[in-house]
Amino acid sequence: MIEVENLTKTYGSFNALKGITFKVEKGEILGFLGPNGAGKTTTMRILTCFFPATSGRARVCGFDVFENPLDVKKRIGYLPENVPLYKDMEITDYLTFVGRIKGIDTGEIKKKVNKVMDDCGITHMAGKLIGELSKGYRQRVGLAQALISDPEVLILDEPTIGLDPKQIIEIRQLIKNLAGRHTVILSTHILPEVSMTCQRVVIINEGRVIAIDTPQNLTSQIQGAAKILFKIEGSSSDVMEELKRARGIKKVEMKDTNNGVSDYIVEFEKGVDERKGIPALIVKKGWGLLEMRPMVMSLEDIFIKLVTEEKGV
Amino acid sequence: MRNFYLIFKKELKSYFYSPIAYVVITIFLIITGYFFYNIFAAFSTISFQAQMNPGLARQYNLLNITESVVRPLFGNISVIMLVLMPLLTMRLFAEEKRSGTIELLLTYPVRDIEVVMGKFAACVAIFGIMLIFTFIYPVLIKIYGQPELGPIITGYIGLFLMGAAFISFGVFASTLTENQVVAAVLSFGVLLLFWMMGYTLAFADPGLIGIMSYIALMQHLEGFAKGVIDSGDVIYYLNFIMLCLFLTLRALESKKWRG
Repeated sequence: MIEVENLTKTYGSFNALKGITFKVEKGEILGFLGPNGAGKTTTMRILTCFFPATSGRARVCGFDVFENPLDVKKRIGYLPENVPLYKDMEITDYLTFVGRIKGIDTGEIKKKVNKVMDDCGITHMAGKLIGELSKGYRQRVGLAQALISDPEVLILDEPTIGLDPKQIIEIRQLIKNLAGRHTVILSTHILPEVSMTCQRVVIINEGRVIAIDTPQNLTSQIQGAAKILFKIEGSSSDVMEELKRARGIKKVEMKDTNNGVSDYIVEFEKGVDERKGIPALIVKKGWGLLEMRPMVMSLEDIFIKLVTEEKGV
Repeated sequence: MRNFYLIFKKELKSYFYSPIAYVVITIFLIITGYFFYNIFAAFSTISFQAQMNPGLARQYNLLNITESVVRPLFGNISVIMLVLMPLLTMRLFAEEKRSGTIELLLTYPVRDIEVVMGKFAACVAIFGIMLIFTFIYPVLIKIYGQPELGPIITGYIGLFLMGAAFISFGVFASTLTENQVVAAVLSFGVLLLFWMMGYTLAFADPGLIGIMSYIALMQHLEGFAKGVIDSGDVIYYLNFIMLCLFLTLRALESKKWRG
């Protein structure tokens, strides 16, 4: 559906994109992740034909963004980052204008406007001027204008920013429901959002793609072996010695000692599950087991790890 | 064509959603009304004096209502247009650029030319409304005197063409900046220069006089105000408009590769 090949973009002497390549399949929701200035918005602007790339190719629904911009634009719904809307227009007027310009016929426009206002939860605001709306409602109007023509491809630049938690959940659900019928690219720096809504993630940093995978794979791949935290009461030197001797343990790390209680982070060899063995050992030795929990790396950790690793290289 | 119409309609509406159209039209009518009153009052004073003074009565030009009311009125209206037109055009693109709405507009399936023509036409329509309101002046002249109809009609054609030319340059100036004030000052300054060129002909290099008198915006209104439609003048204004709209398109396009 969307193919991006070796895209670069230079602003003066600054290289915003240094060769980005990725693909999005039909009906997929792709998360676009990266720190500020990574090139997310630039990539999106190229895909929406706002400006052309310096080099490389991008195709949307089989149309080249440089050669057939009108064909691409007809198939795209775009929500830019800071949701620029005409403040002096009423919501219905604005959506009617956008719908008509995207090719909806006069006979259908009213129905479509009503439907999209309903989907985005702005029906009760219909007659208001956009300038009078709160940030959250403006965001919804922005989303509504992207959705109105039922486009094949949706490009959303940080769609949930500035919304309250309830609205965020609603908008995420809305985006999730779009999967299958629409192809969605959404950028964000909120990582849980990606794991909640996206089927695949592209992580970019400083104009380069540093990882493309499903959120689950990224987690397991980078995390490597399982890590478990134990909070144990007992002489720390004894505990360390015994743990190191136990079967299948790759590494033990001790943290925070307090009144004879210490945290131990135990890293197991790949494929070893000693969640039964260690507590048994602790009980046998007469120490107290106060807490035991798996240390799952969140996307946040992965993100930071990838970004900093990149810098190290 | 359909997109052109949609953008035209939207722009026209937004002139009336904001106070701009109301304010500019009102001020325009107040000032032109004030000038009209003064010109007309001066004319009637002279007419009374001419009744008493046979020497004055021999100056036919002074007593010709077309010459001494209609023509100065058109001249004055054109100066007021020069001041007010940049205020109508300044927001067209500058506002879109400042608020970022241009990003959405240009990612909708519209051609740049449809956007430019739609905005230009909407502004010309507002200007047209302004001109229509001034029809009251010739009507008043007609009630109290016997003006020739021809120069009034051609004068309006001339004013309309000139206003459209002002607007086309204003649209261009508006694409160059995201600051409305800069856009207004730029278009006012440049239009004033084009205007003043007519006055400086006396000091110009002989080789330049021909070119300057052709370029000067004001020179081309003269004919219209006299009742002459010279194809040269019409072509001048149309050329001016086309050049400005062409430059607008290029300026809009340059955003794309300048990044």
